[in-house]
Amino acid sequence: MGRPTLAVWKFASCDGCQLTLLDCEDELLALTGEIEIAHFLEASSAAGDGPYDVSLVEGSITTPADLDRIRHVRAVSRKLVTIGACATAGGIQALRDFADVEEFASVVYARPEYVATLARSTPIAAHVPVDFELRGCPIDRRQLLEVLAAHLADRTPDVPSHSVCFECKIRGNVCVMVARGTPCLGPITQAGCGAICPAYARGCYGCFGPSPAWGGGRPNTRGLLPWLDMTEGEAHRVLSTFNVTAFREGAPAEGRGDDAPQ
Amino acid sequence: MTHRNERTLTVGALARVEGEGALYVRVRGPDVEEVRLDIYEPPRFFEAFLRGRAHTEPPDITARICGICPVAYQMSACQAVEAACGVTVDGALGELRRLLYCGEWIESHALHIYLLHAPDFLGYPGAVELARDHRAAVERGLRLKKAGNALMEFLGGRAIHPVNVRVGGFYRTPAPAELAPLAETLREARADALATVEWAAGFEFPDFDHGHEFLALSADRYPLERGVVRGGTGRVFPAAEFERHVVEEQVPHSTALHARFTDGGRYLTGPLARYSLNRDRLSPLALEAADRAGLGAECRNPFRSILVRAVEVVYAADEALRLIAGYEPPARPAVPVPPREGTGHGVTEAPRGLLYHRYDLGPDGLIRAARIVPPTSQNQAAIEDDLRRFVAARLHLDDEALTRRCEQAIRNYDPCISCSTHFLDLTVERS
Repeated sequence: MGRPTLAVWKFASCDGCQLTLLDCEDELLALTGEIEIAHFLEASSAAGDGPYDVSLVEGSITTPADLDRIRHVRAVSRKLVTIGACATAGGIQALRDFADVEEFASVVYARPEYVATLARSTPIAAHVPVDFELRGCPIDRRQLLEVLAAHLADRTPDVPSHSVCFECKIRGNVCVMVARGTPCLGPITQAGCGAICPAYARGCYGCFGPSPAWGGGRPNTRGLLPWLDMTEGEAHRVLSTFNVTAFREGAPAEGRGDDAPQ
Repeated sequence: MTHRNERTLTVGALARVEGEGALYVRVRGPDVEEVRLDIYEPPRFFEAFLRGRAHTEPPDITARICGICPVAYQMSACQAVEAACGVTVDGALGELRRLLYCGEWIESHALHIYLLHAPDFLGYPGAVELARDHRAAVERGLRLKKAGNALMEFLGGRAIHPVNVRVGGFYRTPAPAELAPLAETLREARADALATVEWAAGFEFPDFDHGHEFLALSADRYPLERGVVRGGTGRVFPAAEFERHVVEEQVPHSTALHARFTDGGRYLTGPLARYSLNRDRLSPLALEAADRAGLGAECRNPFRSILVRAVEVVYAADEALRLIAGYEPPARPAVPVPPREGTGHGVTEAPRGLLYHRYDLGPDGLIRAARIVPPTSQNQAAIEDDLRRFVAARLHLDDEALTRRCEQAIRNYDPCISCSTHFLDLTVERS
């Protein structure tokens, strides 16, 4: 048997999550001894047709052509792992879901009719079955290596779903909210980053999306507001960034893409 | 050999660029009728959804335009917002910003040199394949890239989308003693960068010259985080006048807008422009490396951009060490930037070229309008024109060889297609 094959795919995104794989500078050459990178256009022009043992998918679905492409990726992948806030929650480009996309296009383009775009930016799981979702904007390098290592050992990845507060305590950070009154989304945000923001004396701004420790529902941000000392507008804006559809109250129901039956 | 009047050739995916695009070439007899760099990266509408956000938000939000050069977006955004609010951030805070930017140049240039572009010169599809025969070189590249990322992680909190940048400065600034281990890493990186210049100088460069005007920042130091915009023909203007000199046009085949001078001329921004207009501002060590590599007073061959990038990595490592040695901790991590109604402009040098931002703020401090002009959209017209001339001189090549050369030629510009609105399909149509 040969080495397992890995493919990396990009949809609407900034390249940051797939760059995380190349940012494993100490592990990259060792990793390629264990896994054959069979399709990764950011890194190599040699691309086989598959099928692939694992596909890493970055980015959200925002164009009619990408709706077809993600089905192709699923068809040629034994396991499909989504990486990053765009692929798991629609990303920042999902702000269009709450606005008029034609108006958005008219602000950026003189001839919006040349641009083919969907009214919504949807996560990969809205269109095809996904085997594992790795969160973050961007994803964390250590978590990515854990997911790949877990696959090689055929076990479940050890990616915790508790909140950033746990990581803050582990890191020994002073709570920025309690000690300084700095608004912080740590209590409602999934761990994974290592509580970087509080370590740099700022509040968490929710890169990893809501923690499922909240019972699978949306976090009670309204209940948290008095603690945060934020105006409604501020709270609304801070929740409306990289994981807007996962955080925001009144967000369109998850799992419904533009291709979903009406 | 079969003779056909007309043929269309599609070659899958140009790799090793950042973003999705395609190249279309139409040839009739001896004439290249059309060359189009199609950028079909899906639009993400940043300029539209920045409206209504607070003046403090652009550094975190616009960082997400690009995972490879987020600091460029953060720096241009901060500068523009601060200008709108009438605040100047200089002194130790300004120097720390320059230090962070050095980290991004090292990381991004090392990625481009070793992982994206060098495989072309040595005949490999990618760095992993290159490492089979040139392991020490690839390991040096990864070490160099890691050093850039270490600087980004130290000062920015993380390498991709740093968290420690804010309008007015930083959330937390380091104590001088914290910088010592970083200086050791950067000294090793400087030695690796010098070896990179020597390595790349041994590549074979096709004879090809760029005829467009250069556009880069100019300042008392090699341009990075501030300066006035300078053209190669004596044109000089501040960031605030950018839109008087540059217009963007939409073309049907691209989700990236094409930029031109208002007087009609195409221009090129990026390493060739920076080097040619600011060579005398390089550090003595970087200048010496440039001389040894055979780079003259200016460099107009886009294939040699890999050499200029290598020289810029020497400079960035050298400059970072100088900034660390002279570091005096600022009195406070950030200066206050109270919002006011007004318009601000920011221009900095992303690794791949000039990056312009403009924000119009309302009296409530919320953004009314935003405009972002990334380097790849500015270079797109020049890239197409260069390819037209490049293809015209190489029509004797078969489609496969021509395609390979075109892909390499495009990678010269390190196009960041995620920025400009990834993947390149090449179609050559000959009749």
